[in-house]
Parts: sequence; structure tokens; C-alpha cells
Amino acid sequence: MISEFMTGEHRHCDAGFAKAESAASEDDLEGARSAYAEFEAALLGHLAMEEQVLFPAFEAKTGMNGGPTAVMRMEHDQMRGLLGQMQRALSGGSLDDFLGLAETLNVLIQQHNMKEEHMLYPMTERALGGEATAIIERMRAL
Amino acid sequence: MSTALSLEQAPPLSVPLRFFLTAPLFGAASAVLLLWVGPEALQSRWTPAALALTHLFALGALTMVMCGALFQMLPVLVGVKVTRPRLWGGICHVLLVLGTLSLAAGFLTAAPASFRLAVILLAAGLGLFLVVIGTGLLRAPRLQDSVRGMRWACGGLAVTLGFGITLTLGHGWESLPILRVPLTDLHLSWGLLGWVAALIAVVSWQVIPMFQMTPEYPPVLRRWLAAGVLVLLVWFGISAAVNWPGSTWPLAGLALLLIAFAGLTLWLLTRRRRTVGDTNLSYWRLGMVALIAAALLAIAGRLGMMVPGSRLALAPAVLFLAGFALSVVSGMLYKIVPFLVWLHLQQRIGENPAARGSIAPPNMRAVIREPRARAQWWLHTAALTLLLAGLVFPILLRPAALLWLASFAMLGYNLVTAARLYRRECARIAACT
Repeated sequence: MISEFMTGEHRHCDAGFAKAESAASEDDLEGARSAYAEFEAALLGHLAMEEQVLFPAFEAKTGMNGGPTAVMRMEHDQMRGLLGQMQRALSGGSLDDFLGLAETLNVLIQQHNMKEEHMLYPMTERALGGEATAIIERMRAL
Repeated sequence: MSTALSLEQAPPLSVPLRFFLTAPLFGAASAVLLLWVGPEALQSRWTPAALALTHLFALGALTMVMCGALFQMLPVLVGVKVTRPRLWGGICHVLLVLGTLSLAAGFLTAAPASFRLAVILLAAGLGLFLVVIGTGLLRAPRLQDSVRGMRWACGGLAVTLGFGITLTLGHGWESLPILRVPLTDLHLSWGLLGWVAALIAVVSWQVIPMFQMTPEYPPVLRRWLAAGVLVLLVWFGISAAVNWPGSTWPLAGLALLLIAFAGLTLWLLTRRRRTVGDTNLSYWRLGMVALIAAALLAIAGRLGMMVPGSRLALAPAVLFLAGFALSVVSGMLYKIVPFLVWLHLQQRIGENPAARGSIAPPNMRAVIREPRARAQWWLHTAALTLLLAGLVFPILLRPAALLWLASFAMLGYNLVTAARLYRRECARIAACT
């Protein structure tokens, strides 16, 4: 249940990413800006769900603080760093820089998602068991 | 040799990079050999030069990159960390380099000592690789399709290595009775299909949906393709061993499986959500078209539509090795290397508080510029076309070899540029105080 919900989130972010990247590749600066804003909001929202609800619940239940979730948080920081650079590229009107950064962010996100979808989410599901519905509700409420 | 469940990002950059940077050198060596010997090299698959250049290419270029990539990908794909990657990766690399060189020297000089040395080095190098990566795959915390598929592919490499060792022993110790022709067919089919095609297929259903944002491959294919290839190879081996006329069936099955895989990949690529194209995508498309052509020509050859032993009979192998496998491997290098450079620089910056906030690592397209990668793709495509034409008009083989040399030189140059940029940036980060 948690896996499905979070994987759906990932695909939703992917769709937003593809839209912003397409607009940028067609030299549509305005389109890229608005699609990017939507994508950034979706991604930041997703990261917040994990960092504020899902990871703390997992850590509390398993006592694993320095393990997998620490690596995931670090990769989230790397994503936020790239988002900041992409934002600056768009403000400066440099679509080439934006596309190079977008490519980098995509690979970072995809390898990160794979680790979450294949390993962390299933582990979380096992650890949290019956609390899944409540956790999803709390994430939705953010 | 591995610790279970680690989501850490990657082994040190030097571990995969040494494999990746060596591969173009071996590719270039095979091109130089073709340039030097000329059309006679490809008179048949049994000429010493053909055997030497096939192994320089398949071991020194393809297997080299595939081994480096597995050291790199294991933690990300299956959540297993290889411990002491620098040590094991370093030893594997040195043994693979020296073993491939000895083997090629053995084919060219027919010196038994060269073959003996090659057997020891390659058995140790690839054996160690199989132990390290195999242990990791066996300890994977969750049995996904990719883990299963990689196990099958590593099994394919083990069988290929076993046949290869037997054949090389026959060269090293002339008194050993070896059934050279059927064993070579087995070695070749397991190497190309059980190892190269199986691993590429397993990697593709991870990376195609991820990087190109396509729908997923059908679960039944993900689950059974690699296993199916190996079962058909066993069937082929048994039917060939007992001289059973039915060995066409498993071969036709293998060809159909690969055509299905390649066709499906091309179809998925038409349905991708990203609209931005890149060299990686062009390489995948070229590779899949070449795979379909290789399979069709292999069937045609089996049905007696090509003169056996002729130069043209080499077309399926050329299409498979240079058209399919090298294309996909090159395309992957253009994704993996720039990302790893970015990732490791990012980590360096993270470790230096003074650099944080003041330095940003160059993005992937700044590590290897897209026009340079694209130019290399054109060289590769032109070289492949000319090489295939050279099988019909042998006069074109030397020009084809020159183009291959240029293509590998440019691939190497692009990768070295990335490595040098990494060094430069590391120095810049370290200078921040």
C-alpha cells in the first residue's frame, strides 16, 4: 500500500519533469518556467512527505537512523541543490544549462527511486504493517 | 565479500573508470589489427587474426565495460555493497587486461606459452569477478527480476569461461584431445547470448523505462528472458553434442527471443514520455536494429541461404558484436560516466564545508558535451556500415578499420576528457579553505 502510493508519487513527478524538459528543449522559456514550477512543487512535496512522515516512522519502528534513510536524505539534499541551480538557469534564461541540469537530476532521481521502490518502501511496509493507512493519510495532509 | 542492504551511492570512481577507460584501447587494438592484416583477417572465423581481434573486442572492450559497470551498479540495482571494491576491482582489471593481451598474442603467434599464461590470468580474473559479483547477487536482500536475470547472465559468463578455458588448454598443451569445432560453437553461443545479450537485456529493462520514461517491459519477459536464453542454449548444446538434427529449433528460438526483445525495446522507445533525444537514445535504437538484423541473418545462414565459411557468414557476428553490443555499451557509457563524475564531485563538495555553497559540480552535459558524443556516434555508425559493406567488398575492410580506429579514439578521448575534468574539479574543491 505504501509502495503503491509512493511509486505513484514518483510517476507523477516524472510526468511533470518530462513536461518542463520538453518545453525547454523547444526553446519555450515561458512554458518551461511554468511547467518547472509545477514539477518543483510536486517534487519538494514528495520529499517532505518522506522526510517529515515516512522516514521518521520507519526510523522509530526499526531504530535504524544512520542506515538507508540517511542515504536517502542525503540524495534529497543533492536533488534540492540541483533544483536551485535549475531555478537560477531559468531565471537567467539559459535553457542549455537548464537541460544539462535536468538530465543530471533525472538520473539522480531515477537511481534514487529505484532504491526506494525496490528496497526501502518494501522494508517500510513490513516494518509499519497496519499503520500504513494512517501514515498515508498523514502524508496526504501535508 | 559483501554486506547486505546498503543504499550507499557508489564505490570509488576509480573502480569502474579504470575498466571504462581501458575498453577503447582494446577496441582500437582490434581495429589496428584489422588495418594491419587487411581483408585476409576476415577470410573466415578461424583465421588467427579473426580470433585475436574477436577476443580483443569481446573481452577487452565489451566484457571490460560490463565488468566495470557491474561493480558500479550492484549497490544501486540490488542494494548489495561490494566490500573492498578497489582491491577486488583492481585485481580483476589487471588480470583481465593481461589475460586478454596474452590470449590475443597466443592466437597471433601460436605460442603455447602465451595460451598457458592466458588461461591462468583469465581464469583467475573472471573467476574472481564471478565470485565477488556472484556473492553479492546471492546475498541480495530481495529477489527482483533484475537480480534473477543477472544471476543467469553471470552463469552464462561462467559457462563461456569454462568452454574458453578448455579450448585454450587445447592450444597450450597440444597433446590434449579437444573437439575444437563443436566446443567453439558452444563457447561462442554462450558468450554472445548467455553472457552479453542476457546481461544487456537485464540492464535494459532497468534503464530504458528509467532514463527514457517509457512504459515498463512486460513482466513475463523480465522474468523469463534471461532464463529462456540459457535453457535454449543448453538444449542447443545437447542437440549439437549428440549430433541431433533438431539443433535448428533452439537456435530459431534464441533468434526469436532476441528479435522480440529488440522489437519491444524499439516500440517502447516510441512511447517514451521524454521528448528530448540524446546520443544514448540513438545508440539504443541502432543497437536494437542491429540485433534484429543479426538474428535474421543468423537464421538465414542456418537455412543455407548464405555460403558457410564465407566472409558474409560473419555478418551476424559483426552485427551482434559491433552493431548491437558495442552500441548499447557505448550509449550506456555516455550516461554512466558523466553522472558518476557529477556524483563523486558532489560528494567531494559535501565533505568540504568551505566548498559547500561556493562551488557547484558541472552538470552531465558539461562533463561530456553532447555534440562530441554525437560526433562519435556518427563515426561508430559509419564504421559499422563500412565494415558490413567490407564483408561483400573486401577492399573496404581497411578503410572500415580506419574508421573504427577513429571511433574508438574519439570514445576514449570523450571519456578521458571527463576523467580529466574530474581531476581538475577535485583540485578546485580541495583548494577551497
